[in-house]
Amino acid sequence: MASQDTLSPTQQLDLYYWMRLTRAFDDRMLAHWKQGRGVGGTFSQRGHEAISVGAGYALGPDDIVAPMHRDLGTFLLRGITPRRMFANLLGRETGVTHGRDVNLHGVGDLNFGIFGFISHLPHSLPAGLGAAMAFRYRGERRVALSFTGDGASNAGLFHETLNMAALYSAPWVVLVENNQYAYSTPTGETMKVTDIARRADGYGIPGVMVDGNDVEAVYAVTHAAIERARSGGGPTLIEAKTMRMLGHAIHDGAEYVPAELLAEWAAKDPILCFEVRLIAAGIADRAELDEIGQRCQVEVEDAAAFAEASSWPAPESVMEGVYAQ
Amino acid sequence: MRSERPLTYLAAINEALAEEMRRDPNVLVLGEDVGGEFGGAFKATKGLAAEFGPLRVMNTPLAELGFTGMAAGMALMGLRPVVEMQFADFISTAFDSIVQFAATAHYRWGGAVPLVVRAPSDGGLRAGPFHSQNPEAWFIHAPGLKVVAPATPADAKGLLIAAIRDNNPVIYFEGKLLYRSLKGDVPEGEFVVPLGKARLARCGDDLSIITYGAQVHQALAAAERLAGEGVQCDVLDLRSLKPLDEEAILTSVRKTGKALIVHSANRLAGLGGEIAALIADRAFQWLDGPIRRLGGLDTPVPFSPLLEDAYRPDAEKIYREARALARF
Repeated sequence: MASQDTLSPTQQLDLYYWMRLTRAFDDRMLAHWKQGRGVGGTFSQRGHEAISVGAGYALGPDDIVAPMHRDLGTFLLRGITPRRMFANLLGRETGVTHGRDVNLHGVGDLNFGIFGFISHLPHSLPAGLGAAMAFRYRGERRVALSFTGDGASNAGLFHETLNMAALYSAPWVVLVENNQYAYSTPTGETMKVTDIARRADGYGIPGVMVDGNDVEAVYAVTHAAIERARSGGGPTLIEAKTMRMLGHAIHDGAEYVPAELLAEWAAKDPILCFEVRLIAAGIADRAELDEIGQRCQVEVEDAAAFAEASSWPAPESVMEGVYAQ
Repeated sequence: MRSERPLTYLAAINEALAEEMRRDPNVLVLGEDVGGEFGGAFKATKGLAAEFGPLRVMNTPLAELGFTGMAAGMALMGLRPVVEMQFADFISTAFDSIVQFAATAHYRWGGAVPLVVRAPSDGGLRAGPFHSQNPEAWFIHAPGLKVVAPATPADAKGLLIAAIRDNNPVIYFEGKLLYRSLKGDVPEGEFVVPLGKARLARCGDDLSIITYGAQVHQALAAAERLAGEGVQCDVLDLRSLKPLDEEAILTSVRKTGKALIVHSANRLAGLGGEIAALIADRAFQWLDGPIRRLGGLDTPVPFSPLLEDAYRPDAEKIYREARALARF
């Protein structure tokens, strides 16, 4: 994680590693499900890697993130290991939620400053704002970042939370991952505006748009917003535009998405684009990037094997944890 | 001996808030109109802003879903927010923040949410369909929540302090009808009424009246009248609706053999049905009559006095039902 505006070559390679790890994990997860070894449903991360890695990387170690279901990169780089995450996917005792919650849902761990999200995605907004308000209450120089989607930005809770965040000048940033589809419905059929960032005007806060496939750009705008919030400047609404490259969830073939649209965005793949830039800038050569990819592959194979070998939570533990002591 | 002095139910709530805020800097209150000199629609937070400042007595916009969700996020960070719903009727607009987010966080990932939602509830005040509701059953049905409903000024203080200190979301249903109409001895200083413990408000061998909130006082009035006719009633004040003091209910019914359950909330699918099932399941062989229930009708809470009186249980209805059951 970083705290300066411009990234060193080491940090750039760090971003690359986290994106590759996210992609490798995603591919391994999809393979597992195709083999019929998955449990329940799950959500591909393809297309969202630059957002979840770039924005997550801009957080400080003591900051809080309230994520959504396409933020695997943030989970990983903040310290949820691939093992714990894969075990969570398979509902094992060694998973983050000990079999209590499904796929990436509920993956929260305050040791890493992560709130577990619920399927009702707009709720990551007030949760994150609450963390920010706790920091403000205690006079701490910490910030909270909430992620949500284009679909959730239409919910009333989006309005309630942005209004309060602006009113209280909270040290809070909200990032809308606009992947152009809420399940099967394109954004053009759910909102009149084309840029969700424009909604910020209604709350008197800055709204910023960014190319969600450019990890360095996502990092830069999120970092600027976070540091603005940290120094008392109040909240920012960031809209990161990308494309959901696979279905809503694993069962969904997404036949409703035009092939041309996917082809257009495949050419803008966040990892491939970043590779071109790293090589052109002389930061790494092909062999070095491939070596990183292989390292990620080993990690996710280990994670899948660990998850498969992990035991199921004991049925007699089903009542445990409903209440805090 | 702890010193006590008479306080109204409302003053007891105010005292509990002030004392907990003095004791623990993590305790704060938030809600619509709670701040400044105004001190809330019912004045439950009167004086708190002057003593603790606007950071700890936060006015919010009209956005229950949002500010309750925000309070849950604060609670995850270790603060102990006490949210005021201006009326319990409006808690439906905060439902997801309470039931989906706050109530499940600990089970899902171990996130403790020490949050209290104060909900001024109940009718009898000719306040119409949206200022009279008793929505406790919705929350009793939700795993991860605790639910309380104090009937006396002492319990109003002691249960609120217990709720604030609990590490889980607690919905605190306070009886608007009792705010200024009821005065009673309240212990000074630290006074905690443990969650999950009922109180035997009156003792008798012939019949158990099991109730909570403002209906406790209607039941006591009915029991007094029945005593004049030679029928002696237990009146059990549940205090906590979740967790429910099952042993107190069973002990009373096993003694009397007859149970009448009373609540202001709609009878259909109300807490009374669950209590009746508990008795049928675990005190069946002690029963000398049918388990009876009195509750609100299956209608919105009507406004006009005669209609509202027809809607809700009261001492007269409890008296008639209990007398018939005693004779069974």
